[in-house]
Amino acid sequence: MNPWQNTNSAADQMHEMLEHDILVIGGGAAGLRAAIAAVQTNPRLNVAIVSKVYPMRSHTVSAEGGAAAVIKSNDSLEEHINDTITGSDWLADQDVVEAFVREAPDELLQLEHWGCPWSREPDGSIAVRPFGGMTIERTWFAADKVGFHLLHTLFQTSLKFESLTRYDEWFATKLLVENGRCQGVSAIELRTGEVRLLLAKAVILCTGGAGRIYPFTTNGAIKTGDGMAMAYRAGVPLKDMEFVQYHPTGLPGTGILITEAARGEGGILVNKDGYRYLQDYGMGPPDPWPRLRAMELGPRDKISQAFVHEMRKGRTIAGPYGDVVHLDVRHLGETKIDTKIPFVRELAHRYAGIDPVHEPIPVRPVVHYMMGGVHTDINGATPIAGLYAAGESACVSINGANRLGSNSLTECLVFGARAGRHAAAFAAHHRSLDRAALAAQARDEAKRVAGLDGTDGGTERIAMLRTEMTRAMEEGTGIYRDEGSLSKACDVLRTLRDRFARIRLDDRTRSFNTELIAALELECMLDVAEAVAHSALARTESRGSHQRTDHPKRDDARFLKHTLAYSTDGAPRIDYLDVVITRWPPAERVYGR
Amino acid sequence: MAEPTIALEIFRYHPEQGEAPSFRRYEIPYREDWVVLDGINYIKDQIDGTLAYRWSCRMGVCGSCGMMINGTPRLSCAAFLREYFPNPVRVEPLAHFPVERDLVIVMDDFMHKLREVKPWLIRGQETPLSEGEYRQTPAEVDEYKQYSMCINCMLCYAACPVYGLEPRFLGPAAIALAQRYNLDSRDEGRRERQEVLNTEEGIWDCTLVGECTTACPVHVDPAGSIQRAKVTATVDWYKDVLLPWGKR
Amino acid sequence: MGEAVSRPYRRTMPATWWLTNRAYFLFMVRELTSVFIAIYLVLLLVLISKVAAGREAYEAYLTFLGTPAVLAFHVLALAAALYHSITWFNLAPKGLVVRVRERRVPDAIIAGSNYLAWIAVSALLWWVVL
Ligand SMILES: Cc1cc2nc3c(=O)[nH]c(=O)nc-3n(C[C@H](O)[C@H](O)[C@H](O)COP(=O)(O)OP(=O)(O)OC[C@H]3O[C@@H](n4cnc5c(N)ncnc54)[C@H](O)[C@@H]3O)c2cc1C
Ligand code: SF4
Ligand code: FES
Repeated sequence: MNPWQNTNSAADQMHEMLEHDILVIGGGAAGLRAAIAAVQTNPRLNVAIVSKVYPMRSHTVSAEGGAAAVIKSNDSLEEHINDTITGSDWLADQDVVEAFVREAPDELLQLEHWGCPWSREPDGSIAVRPFGGMTIERTWFAADKVGFHLLHTLFQTSLKFESLTRYDEWFATKLLVENGRCQGVSAIELRTGEVRLLLAKAVILCTGGAGRIYPFTTNGAIKTGDGMAMAYRAGVPLKDMEFVQYHPTGLPGTGILITEAARGEGGILVNKDGYRYLQDYGMGPPDPWPRLRAMELGPRDKISQAFVHEMRKGRTIAGPYGDVVHLDVRHLGETKIDTKIPFVRELAHRYAGIDPVHEPIPVRPVVHYMMGGVHTDINGATPIAGLYAAGESACVSINGANRLGSNSLTECLVFGARAGRHAAAFAAHHRSLDRAALAAQARDEAKRVAGLDGTDGGTERIAMLRTEMTRAMEEGTGIYRDEGSLSKACDVLRTLRDRFARIRLDDRTRSFNTELIAALELECMLDVAEAVAHSALARTESRGSHQRTDHPKRDDARFLKHTLAYSTDGAPRIDYLDVVITRWPPAERVYGR
Repeated sequence: MAEPTIALEIFRYHPEQGEAPSFRRYEIPYREDWVVLDGINYIKDQIDGTLAYRWSCRMGVCGSCGMMINGTPRLSCAAFLREYFPNPVRVEPLAHFPVERDLVIVMDDFMHKLREVKPWLIRGQETPLSEGEYRQTPAEVDEYKQYSMCINCMLCYAACPVYGLEPRFLGPAAIALAQRYNLDSRDEGRRERQEVLNTEEGIWDCTLVGECTTACPVHVDPAGSIQRAKVTATVDWYKDVLLPWGKR
Repeated sequence: MGEAVSRPYRRTMPATWWLTNRAYFLFMVRELTSVFIAIYLVLLLVLISKVAAGREAYEAYLTFLGTPAVLAFHVLALAAALYHSITWFNLAPKGLVVRVRERRVPDAIIAGSNYLAWIAVSALLWWVVL
């Protein structure tokens, strides 16, 4: 059987190379936006989306709170730029942030024109809500299922483009680089288990984040950093990987997210004494409330760090899944909760067994987002010709050391579209392909994949290795780190890699072998985890989400730089790249006032 | 005290082993706060790595994890073991769909149908972005909002006996999504979609069993959407017959 | 590893599918009520033809209608008609979305107004007939 395609079927091409002008790997917000941009740029191009799950299952679907862009007359591009740069602790590239903020409103309007059910003001204009770290409310929302609506709008819109082909449930395993150009991927068709060769003149990676390298995360099972690992292995550096965002409000146990919109709408965080503890950590005073860029609407890194301090002081509340604090939205009242954050009520009810209308929600910090990713320039181009990246898998550098909530969905759209347009231009001018060499590469890859099942005497169970990896990451590279914890994590990851060479799978068959897929995902996660741990070990300062207890100060003299981690046969090689500073010189991050 | 356990009886089918499907029983630890999906993940990780199924978000929004649980279509990430304990839980792939392997169904049919109903905004005239958003009041959003909540989980198809008997039936979710656009004040494509809806395999196959609405985990009410589409189609018909000159 | 294949397994619906679940069963009952109503209509048509055929035939038919078995059938048919009407009216709000001043009229009111109309029509007929 074949992937379902908008146009003609690929049935007769079985066992052959499948060829397109552009391959987009990933069907989340970034991938769909990139694909649409590419076909709109040049309708003659034959564009295909490869995705390991049906596009509407991509984890973009779980985003709840909203997407940021300047649209109201009381707001300005300047303010959005400023918020994003201070939020990033000056590690964002300022030229990129400017482009991002400038193009953001049109991207969200485009979504509106494609049918996204944005929430509205009584006069029919777009409604916005406040989000953490923003001076002015500018977060567009569709109740609290924003990612869901955004993704389905994009996916359904993509169905109308006849020149778009889809390979749903195809798992990309390797980028094929030949002659210095990325010219395709090899991928497993899940249904048959066959390893296939997909050729293209340009490839755009939009494979999302890697939250699953941690045990406690808001990320779904599919967020295993595959694209990051594929690019890394092909020689592209991973940038700023030490910056891992903890969201302050996840449900204990499951890690399911309670959106920042709960606080944007007026929710408060209290410790075991009912005290709004954030005022003790430089984000007060508590009143008047709600107040922008203050208290519960501070940036995520600082709020998550405050939790750790409260816990050390014994002021958090013990629970079966670790300590929690309380997110209290009761004062908003049932009507507001049901219109603005109904999904929060549903999730809290189902997965925490409480009704937020009557009780506070127990929450704790949870791994949420990778600020780092595949190193790209402002157009999504990586150092390898013909290879682009966008969305959470990329690091185009608008998030720096800490992403502001609701900037990420917009980032997927702005830089997805940019990557799509630039890849379209590239594909139109680089028509040749090294077919024979690529086919040979794909054959080798098929052999490698077939050899993974451990028939030659493997013993290690992948679930075990995965558990040990996530534990090492949590213990060594959590909210606060130091040299000892990081070195230990690096050591454990190294041994896990050796043990991965000796895995054994229960499943030796081909059709829908999800155990094999899980093994390949684990291999990717080990690469990404190593890049995180080593990048964190090398950065001997504290900035944004990267807090070193042994180096508690920000050190602009040495580290106003992006980390670049390169894959080698041994430990990753770490290098640095200057941050682009244009009009906003580094200063102190001030919240609360 | 021994840890309590619970049995999951899981439908197994493998195309390469060429055998008829069978049920396999797994005894797993019972935890109050586990959903059926947690149990299945436990099996995959600890007991039997060959079990195939789909899941991702484990928060009821990606739509991957639909299964028949004791005969009822449910999201396995939203069905708690405690609802069944201490009885065994029988887990099967969603009814009415071909089975690729174990709990994985083939959903190509829906993907085709979805595209057929043109689930995108159709406008006679595109307005440039520079003119800002299309205005839409909160009441106008409410008109279609419910139908826009569909997560494509396929539970409604598994609940619908008409679809089981007549696979050509467009089915609940596809019709609800067509209505989602039909009722959107920004859309002008109703007549185009009506060509697909107003057919024997479209809305008129529906005999109003109503189980799709019961099964829907996000309260889309597909049955209601189909009834509304029938009313609209009927009104259209009367208009065309009684006022033939008034035809657009 | 084995050979690459995809051979989806197709399940068929058993003939007894409507016995597998309460909702399916109730649905089937609603569909079956039409059989009673059809038979009732046949009896009614026969009645009209007998009226045309003359007094004797009419009275013989009336006697037939008065037998316990036929009376029992009528009770059943009435029950079936009521069941059908009630389930149908309860479904009416699904198809009919009425808005008054931007607010969706609650389902109970839509179903209720159907019932009211039903009672009014029945009363009118009662008055005409008697
Ligand atoms: C719970 C939650 C809430 C969030 N809320 C917000 C919010 O309110 N506002 C905001 O701005 N951001 C939010 N975020 C962040 C934001 O949603 C994500 O960063 C963003 O959606 C990422 O989109 P993406 O397109 O890069 O990746 P994804 O949506 O993760 O898509 C990745 C795609 O790549 C495909 N893929 C991956 N690996 C492979 C492979 N090997 N082969 C083939 N295909 C592959 C997958 O199938 C998928 O289609 C939230 C995140 C989470 C987890
Ligand atoms: S209508 Fe409901 S049950 Fe049907 S696919 Fe959509 S969400 Fe699932
Ligand atoms: S896992 Fe996403 S809906 Fe259940």
